Amino acid sequence: MSQQRKAVALISGGLDSLLAARVMLEQGIHVEGINFFTGFCVEGHTHAIRKQDKSKSKRNNALWSAEQLGIKLHIIDIVEEYKDVLINPKHGYGKNMNPCLDCKIFMVNKAKQWAEENGFDFIITGEVVGQRPMSQRKDTMPVVSRESGADDRLLRPLCAQNLPETLPEKEGWVKRDELFGFSGRNRKPQMALAKKYGFEDYAKPAGGCCFLTDESYSAKLVDLWDARGTREYEMDDIMLLKVGRHIRPAPHYKLIIGREDGENKFLQGYKNNFITFKTMDCPGPLTLLDGVATDKDLELAAQISARFSQGRDKDSVTIEARRTNGDTTTLVVKPMPASEINPEWYV
Amino acid sequence: MPHFELDARRMFCPMPVIRTQDKIKELNIGDTLEVVSTDPGALNDIPAWCRINGHKVIKTRDADDEVFILIEVCDV
Ligand code: SF4
Repeated sequence: MSQQRKAVALISGGLDSLLAARVMLEQGIHVEGINFFTGFCVEGHTHAIRKQDKSKSKRNNALWSAEQLGIKLHIIDIVEEYKDVLINPKHGYGKNMNPCLDCKIFMVNKAKQWAEENGFDFIITGEVVGQRPMSQRKDTMPVVSRESGADDRLLRPLCAQNLPETLPEKEGWVKRDELFGFSGRNRKPQMALAKKYGFEDYAKPAGGCCFLTDESYSAKLVDLWDARGTREYEMDDIMLLKVGRHIRPAPHYKLIIGREDGENKFLQGYKNNFITFKTMDCPGPLTLLDGVATDKDLELAAQISARFSQGRDKDSVTIEARRTNGDTTTLVVKPMPASEINPEWYV
Repeated sequence: MPHFELDARRMFCPMPVIRTQDKIKELNIGDTLEVVSTDPGALNDIPAWCRINGHKVIKTRDADDEVFILIEVCDV
């Protein structure tokens, strides 16, 4: 009997990677999944933070996919290494701050290393020619194979018939005529295949799995980099960009204002890292001040914070400003009317 | 059998799952591991990860904004 070949599948949690892995299982290949955590993945973060969302249980789609497939899933933390991909993408960014081509190259390369260390023969992805403007074009897909070093050990089962033959096909590990020739942005072939395999309730495809493709998130990231004069970032920075209203009244400081109890509680956890503002005489948000602030800045920050409290229509609101060393100052301020908050301050 | 604990508080999914996965790699069959997380999503994700990778969830509980998942290592 011939040896059972092994493939490692990049599992994003979307439909395409689910189908690609399923096609390989159908051909008798041993498949295990790999999923990379960049820090920007849209998983349950905002969900876990926001109180109103807590009751709805949110699944991790990559785990869900693996369970549907009956395969193992290895989740790899690449937060540190990913910084260089995001800060210096050789192939540039997409529509927002998404360095998709470099990201794909990086992930396929990591999968290749994993495959070598674990005795796997090839790598599969759910990519489809022409589906994404940056990383899934006929001219960029070979770039991913080449620059990742995976070369002809990278197989894309959903569109393999549109691409040159890969090693698994040449060697007869998989049958090329049982792979697919999908192309373009039309999702109907994938939906039909999902139906054939009985997959229902899969995560809705195309985009949506990464904060870097989100316009408003990207704007916040660029604002952070500009304000700091460096593109370095930590996991806490990435997390804070997902939470609250971000208002920058001056280049040297920004306010992060909780929008509900869950966010307020989350922001409270940063009280030793940032100046915080809390309303004392009415319910209101917890506000963080990121940057340096003069007494005048504190006053303005308190007025803005009061604007988002339940005392917004009162003549004055009492706010406690707390410095990172625990020293507090009590400020009695007039809430800033909405019309006075410069729209350009919103990040 | 040895028992271990993993503090995954103040981390958000999938980090508690990743830490659980990495910790289990160091353990032996039959060892037990209790993971504590402040992300309620861990209550779904860690058991899902265990089902996929062949480990047994002995018990889960939820108290004071923390969730606890007790796992028996079955397949390493
Ligand atoms: S959307 Fe682009 S940058 Fe984000 S994970 Fe996918 S390939 Fe990477």
